[in-house]
Amino acid sequence: MSTSFSRARRRNMGIAATAVAFVVFILPFLFTFLMAVKTKKEAALFLFSWPSEWHFWANLTEVIKARNYMLLLAYFNSTVITVAAVAGLVVFGAMVGYVLQRRPSGWNRVIYAGVLMGLMVPPAVVPTIWVLQGLGLFKTIHGMVLIQVAYGLAFSVLLYRSFIGTIPRDLDEAAIIDGAKPLAIFFKVILPLLKPVTVTLIVVQSIAIFNDFTNPLYYLPGKDNVTVQLTLFNFQSQFQSQFNLLFMNILLVTIPPLLVFIFFNRQIVAGMTAGAVKG
Amino acid sequence: MTRRRSPYPYWFVLPAAVVFVTLFLVPTVASLWFSLTRWDLFEAHFIGLDNYRQFFKEPFLVQGLVNTLIYAVLTSGTKSVLGLLLAVLLTSGILWQGFLRSVVFFPVLVSTIGVGITFAALMHPTKGAINVALAYVGIDGPAWLSDPGLALYSVAFIDLWKGVGLATLIYIAGLAAISPDYYEAARIDGATRVQQFWRVTVPLVRPATVTVVTLSLIGGLRSFDIIWATTKGGPGFASDVLASVIYKQYQAGFYGLATAGNVILFALIAIIILPLTWWFNKREVDL
Repeated sequence: MSTSFSRARRRNMGIAATAVAFVVFILPFLFTFLMAVKTKKEAALFLFSWPSEWHFWANLTEVIKARNYMLLLAYFNSTVITVAAVAGLVVFGAMVGYVLQRRPSGWNRVIYAGVLMGLMVPPAVVPTIWVLQGLGLFKTIHGMVLIQVAYGLAFSVLLYRSFIGTIPRDLDEAAIIDGAKPLAIFFKVILPLLKPVTVTLIVVQSIAIFNDFTNPLYYLPGKDNVTVQLTLFNFQSQFQSQFNLLFMNILLVTIPPLLVFIFFNRQIVAGMTAGAVKG
Repeated sequence: MTRRRSPYPYWFVLPAAVVFVTLFLVPTVASLWFSLTRWDLFEAHFIGLDNYRQFFKEPFLVQGLVNTLIYAVLTSGTKSVLGLLLAVLLTSGILWQGFLRSVVFFPVLVSTIGVGITFAALMHPTKGAINVALAYVGIDGPAWLSDPGLALYSVAFIDLWKGVGLATLIYIAGLAAISPDYYEAARIDGATRVQQFWRVTVPLVRPATVTVVTLSLIGGLRSFDIIWATTKGGPGFASDVLASVIYKQYQAGFYGLATAGNVILFALIAIIILPLTWWFNKREVDL
C-alpha cells in the first residue's frame, strides 16, 4: 500500500500523526521526567510545568540512599532473578523444543497440552505458596527464579520448537556419525545455531521478568527480598508526600527497558510477533 | 544385540518437566481441592462448595466477576480495533513512520506500576494535568479514578495506552504477510481505499486478529498490576476484578476463598478462550 498516497499527503499525515503521538505517548514520559527533577514542594503540586529548580542529582542520590540503599539491593535482586531465570528458560526450553521437534511421538501431545496450559491457566497462587513452603523455597531468591522458569517455559518451548524446525537434520546426523553423545550434539551443534532465537528470548523474557510485579508480591515478601518493581510500590505507600523521589524511582526503573529497546529493537519485534503471522 | 539409543533422549525434557510440574501443575491441581476447604496453609477443613457459594452471593465478589468481564472485553476490543488502524497507518509510508512505530510500542516495555503511578497523577481530579488541560477549554473534568462509575473505565484506558503498541506490532507483522497483488487486483477492479480495507485487509489479516484478540483477552481477564497501582480495586469495590479480589482475600488470610477465586478465574478463561479458539479455527477452514 506504500505507493497509494501522494508524497505531500504522506508528509502531512506523518506530521499530524507525530503531533498526536507526542501528546498521547511522549507527554506522559516527559511528565515523569519533570516530576523526578523537581523539589519536594513543587512535585506535590502535580503541575505539568518546567521545574523552577533542577534537583536531578539531589533527588537521584536521595532515592538511592533511601531506606538504607534499598533501591540498590532491589536492583541486585532483580538482576540475579532475571539472569538466572532467563538462563534456565534458554537451556530447558531449547532442550524440550529440540526433542519435541526431532522425535515425534505420543508424548508430544502431552507436552503440547502442558504448553497450552502454561499459556492460558492463571497460576493458583496460594497453593503455589503452599508448595514453595513445603520445599523450603518460599521467600527465597532461588524459589522466585524457579517460579519465573515455570511460568515462562511454555513461551520458550514454542519459540524454540518452531525455530529448530528450520535447522536441517543432516547436521545432527553428521555429528551422530562422528560418534557424538546426545548432550554434546545439543550443546555443541544445535544450541549455537539457535543464537538468533535465543537472543530474542533473552530480550523478551528479561524485560518481562524485570518488570514483573505480581509474582514477587506473592512469592517473595520481606524487605531483604525487595525487587525493583516493589520499590515503587513501597515508595507509593510510605513516602506519600515525596512525589519527586517516587518519580525519580520510576525513571530509574524505566532506564533498563529503554536501553534494551534501543539496542535490541529487532529481536523484541521478532519475539513479540512470533506466531502472529503463521495462522 | 544392543538397541540403538535415540540421539534425542526423553530425559532432555526432564529438567523443564520437573520445574513445570512441581511449581505449576501441582498447585493448579491442588487448587481444586483447596478451593473446597477452609484453609490456613497448615490445616484444611473440607467445607464443600461454601467458598463458591460465597463468591456468587457476596455482592462485591459478584461485582469483581462482572468487572473482570467488562474490563477484558473492553481492553481486548479497543486494542484490536485501534491496533489494526494504527498498523494500517504505520505501514502506509507516512513521514517518520519508523519513529512513530517506536513511540507507540515503547509503553509495552516499561514498568506497569510506573505507568499506573504516572497516570494516577495525571488523572488527579483537581491537580492532574488531564483535568487542568480540560479546564482550559472550559470542560469540568471528572474524577477519573475516584468516581465509582468511571474508575474501571479509566483503568481500562490506561491499559489500552500501555498495551495498544503490542497489538499494533502484531498487526504490522500480519499486514506485511499480505501479498501486494491482492491490493493491485482490488485497485484494478476499482475498489476504493475503504473497500480495500474491508474486503482485503480485514479478511487476510485474520491470523494476526486471532493472536491479538486471544492474547489481550487472556491478559485482560488476568489483569492485576495496573489495577493495583492505580485504584487498588476502589473506590470501594468499584474497580475490583477477580485477580485483585484474590489478592485481597489472600491478604486477609482467607486462603480457601482466594483459591476458589483462582479456580473461577481459570474456569472463566477456559469458558471464553476455548470456544473462541475453536470458532477461529473453524472459520479458517471456510476461507
